[in-house]
Amino acid sequence: MRANQAFFTGIGQSQVGMKLTRHPLLLTLDAVREALDEAGLTIGQIDGVSTYPGKAHAYLGFSPIGADELIDALGIHARWHAGGGEITSQLGAVVAAATAVHAGLARHVICFRTVYEAAALARPKEYPPLQRDSVEGFSQWFVPFEALSAANWTAQYAMRHVKRYGLTREQLAQIALTGRNNAMLNPRALVREPLTIDQYMSARMISTPLCLYDCDRYTDASTVLIVSAGNALDEVSCKPVRIAAMAGAVERHSWDQAEWMASYATGADLWKHTDYKPSDVDTAQLYDGFSFQAIAWLEGLGFCEVGEGGRFIEGGKRIALDGQLPINTFGGQLGGGRLHGFGFAHEAVVQLRGNGGERQLSGDPRVAVCTSGGGPLATALLLARD
Amino acid sequence: MAAPRPKPRLDAENTAFWTGGAQGRLQIMRCRECLSYIHPPRPVCRTCLSDNVKPEAVPGTGVIDTFTINYQKWHPAMEVPFVIARVALDGAPGVYLTTNIVGCPVGAVDIGDRVRVTFESQDGIYFPLFEKIA
Repeated sequence: MRANQAFFTGIGQSQVGMKLTRHPLLLTLDAVREALDEAGLTIGQIDGVSTYPGKAHAYLGFSPIGADELIDALGIHARWHAGGGEITSQLGAVVAAATAVHAGLARHVICFRTVYEAAALARPKEYPPLQRDSVEGFSQWFVPFEALSAANWTAQYAMRHVKRYGLTREQLAQIALTGRNNAMLNPRALVREPLTIDQYMSARMISTPLCLYDCDRYTDASTVLIVSAGNALDEVSCKPVRIAAMAGAVERHSWDQAEWMASYATGADLWKHTDYKPSDVDTAQLYDGFSFQAIAWLEGLGFCEVGEGGRFIEGGKRIALDGQLPINTFGGQLGGGRLHGFGFAHEAVVQLRGNGGERQLSGDPRVAVCTSGGGPLATALLLARD
Repeated sequence: MAAPRPKPRLDAENTAFWTGGAQGRLQIMRCRECLSYIHPPRPVCRTCLSDNVKPEAVPGTGVIDTFTINYQKWHPAMEVPFVIARVALDGAPGVYLTTNIVGCPVGAVDIGDRVRVTFESQDGIYFPLFEKIA
């Protein structure tokens, strides 16, 4: 282990649900406590905080708690912190934290993402809803044409795969079906009911080719990942997981001017920072806020050729728990809940530590990739247990 | 889509785009130095960094790069289904517009279809929509 590298140490997660009434700061506290317990750290040893996208004052359900607030609320003596949306997507908060510990600015950084969108829908007076028709900044190029949702924007990339490469709904379904199968083995998953191919095929369309089951749903939860410096690992009691490589490239920061989603540039870039190769990866936790994003990540990361993603997952065997490349073993966002990026890193650490319980991969997994985003923004992390 | 379209707030950079339809023109920002097009419109060329930029009319035709049929009612007044498309503009390499394809059944739209701009006006804004070229 190299002293100047960054490691995931404690990880934690609150209850994952819909319309929870527990205060979002307390959900965050639940996840912090679990992460500290696992790492054998006290809150007094935490000297950094990193989050995405910071407190979202205009839409509190999306991000009700910011880094400033957590530092003050938990009495953290921070020497470094950051929180904002202008970063390489959700796991960009981890990249920032890893960079900070690498530079010696902090030793143990709490990275967190708290979501409260389902609760916000139920309590609009406390948590005012997103104003979908407001036209500001980049939204002026979409909102006047009623292209209001990321579902519409992602669907257009998916449609190109349908028309250009022959992606079928049966192939696309494998992301949702795999997620649900895995979620049923995860006690904290949001949706723990089976999903059949027949249910999927007869589901109502949201935005072609994406149907209801291709879209994640509003979730209330908090996920915490502690990033620790390599020279601080003697303070930690859990098995550290090394962040072996990080990437977050964009070609154009735009949903409609870019030829490809940012998952392609980011996926290619990841391998320039490491000697590992795609064939070394034991499990991939791939952002699936919309199912197609996971297919784009499989291609972008080089697990298959561009355009081959549909055929790569055909029938679902290859990406199942006992397959050649198990993906989204906690259920992904489609089954596990919309933890908004952080769930993928959390699960990668769970699997590399062998803590997956019923869903634990066999064969002693040592290398995992986890991602977030995959529209105009993307982040990929490669994790290794040395 | 019976409800009024949400209106963009006009500024120095985007006014030519959103009001050019009054003269039947689709206007895209262009660099006077290297002749690249700049969209979204900004006061600087993203290719050569020149600030000598000016809106210029393009032919108003293009090709459907990709599309989706939206079925979800994202707000109660929304009439579904309708087509959202990304159109690659003729004469302005690398510029795409997210827009709606109108004047044909939703099932008649495909990638590669040739389209032409048609403006829908509302309170001084001219929304560039596209219809298929027969």
